[in-house]
Amino acid sequence: MTLETILFYALSFVSVGSALMMITRRSPVMSALYLILNFFALAGLYLTLHAQFIAVIQILVYAGAIMVLFLFVIMLLNLGDEKKLSEKMSYKKIIPAGLSFGLLMELLYIVSYAKSDLPLTHIERATEIGTVEYVGKALFTDFLFPFEVTSILLLAAIIGAVVLAKKKLD
Amino acid sequence: MGMEILVSTAKFLIVMTVILVSVIILVYLERRISAFIQNRTGPNRVGPYGLFQAIADVVKLLLKEDIVPKNAYKPVHDLAPIISIGAALSTFAVIPVGNTIELFGTTMKLMIADVNIGILYILSVTSIGVYGITLAGWSSNNKYSLLGGLRSSAQLISYELSMGLSIIGVLMISGTLRLDQIVQHQTMYIGGWLPNWNIFLQPVAFITFVVAAFAETNRLPFDLPEAEPELVGGYHTEYTGLKFGLFFLAEYANMITAAAVITTLFLGGWHLPYAENLGLSAFTLSLLQVLAFCAKVTVILLFFIVTRWTLPRFRYDQLMDIGWKVMLPLAIANVLVTGLILVL
Amino acid sequence: MVEIQSYLILSAITFIIGVVGVLARRNAIIVFMSIELMLNSVNLTLVAFSAYLGDTTGQMLVFFVMTVAAAEAAVGLAIVIALFRNKQTVNIDDINILKW
Repeated sequence: MTLETILFYALSFVSVGSALMMITRRSPVMSALYLILNFFALAGLYLTLHAQFIAVIQILVYAGAIMVLFLFVIMLLNLGDEKKLSEKMSYKKIIPAGLSFGLLMELLYIVSYAKSDLPLTHIERATEIGTVEYVGKALFTDFLFPFEVTSILLLAAIIGAVVLAKKKLD
Repeated sequence: MGMEILVSTAKFLIVMTVILVSVIILVYLERRISAFIQNRTGPNRVGPYGLFQAIADVVKLLLKEDIVPKNAYKPVHDLAPIISIGAALSTFAVIPVGNTIELFGTTMKLMIADVNIGILYILSVTSIGVYGITLAGWSSNNKYSLLGGLRSSAQLISYELSMGLSIIGVLMISGTLRLDQIVQHQTMYIGGWLPNWNIFLQPVAFITFVVAAFAETNRLPFDLPEAEPELVGGYHTEYTGLKFGLFFLAEYANMITAAAVITTLFLGGWHLPYAENLGLSAFTLSLLQVLAFCAKVTVILLFFIVTRWTLPRFRYDQLMDIGWKVMLPLAIANVLVTGLILVL
Repeated sequence: MVEIQSYLILSAITFIIGVVGVLARRNAIIVFMSIELMLNSVNLTLVAFSAYLGDTTGQMLVFFVMTVAAAEAAVGLAIVIALFRNKQTVNIDDINILKW
């Protein structure tokens, strides 16, 4: 086993484990913490794929900004006490779980079926295209229009969030 | 490969030791300077001039009983100080403390890791540090702690924005994310005499960055997360002994890190003006540059301390107003003006 | 050498965990976090393909997904706050009338 393989399996174990813990915890704060752990594992996986810019942005945006916002809201609403929302096993749980399992089987089948069509090895350029320089160049040339549109999306989100979270519109 | 690991470990150990020792000196300095400002004597009992007071404090913290409140959430309560100190110390990995140096026949860079996403790394580690304070506040199950945690997460998110945006101006000038090259870029001279430091090229960015750094390190006038008169002790009210010590250490380590980042980005890093013309040997020059770096960091730290003991604390709404209505527009305007000048 | 199938299978598994979270949990914030988990598993697929094909488009898409996720988190959490203010709960089973 090479170092890369060991890293991959360790990180995927952490990622799947923390995802499972995330959806099974009672306390939303613990769920959020496991999700943060999951994001770190994902950042590690991006590094094994030589996508260093995406990896650091993953930490900066997801772990550093979005999840802080989640934690902030959970603490603000004081959702620590979860006993009222105690969740029992019922048909409402079992049916979605069964359906999701079916979907998983389907996805796995597709992945193994399409095996011959998938690209097999890293291409040498993989190390190069993950760098900030390369991503930046692509972002400001080929993807300039989507990039500009994103700013409108963000503006809309800012206004929407302020309007929604305001106590009273006057 | 083996040699590289050895060198990296040695660098790591040296940097850690230096930071921990400087925290002790910093605590002593802070207490003496605050005493001087307030016309008191300050610590003067332990050792000559009270020099060993900080060490005595460390020993006291280590020997104290570790009390966890009954309704606290223990795993998170234990995790929070570790996150805080980890984030505070790991920023130093990408900061260049000096130019290359020749030692034992090999040339090495005086930084632990020369990654090409240096600044993004610093920003992301800083953003992780928020969790330490927020989780400490939540897990203590105490209303004052919770208020402190909430305040700090709001404050840190708000000031991270102006911090990131003020760095962009520096990036536009030097055109790289590598801290090493940003410092190299600052070793030139404008008009042959003025060092090409970013503080001269980006004064507005410097001011917004320093203010944001004050807010990020929870120092007065932005120390609302632990405002003693309002919140008892803020997020670490329910911490004792070693874990409190870790928070304390993290706070001062954060200060040192912030000072080092300010030095690297704006004050020319290890660059000692005109020293390269003196005709010194390469080794002496490198040593002098490391000393210059330390001197710059010390000056900024003294500035931090003096500010803390001369300014009152902001009110919470004032803090938010400054962050969103003054610092953020200033930082954006700075990016705009820098861009215009670079294009013209 | 890790093959691309491993990444795809891992991404499928985390995606399904996210789906189960959305369908089975009743706490609005946890449902929301499960959606973030699903977005992330898709990101992993995109980055894996980008690396194995030597094409930067996948990473660009991840960048935009992250932007959308950040916007979505801000608006979504604002909705959660507004809901909590009106109903004092974030249980999505209790939020079952269309106007109040």
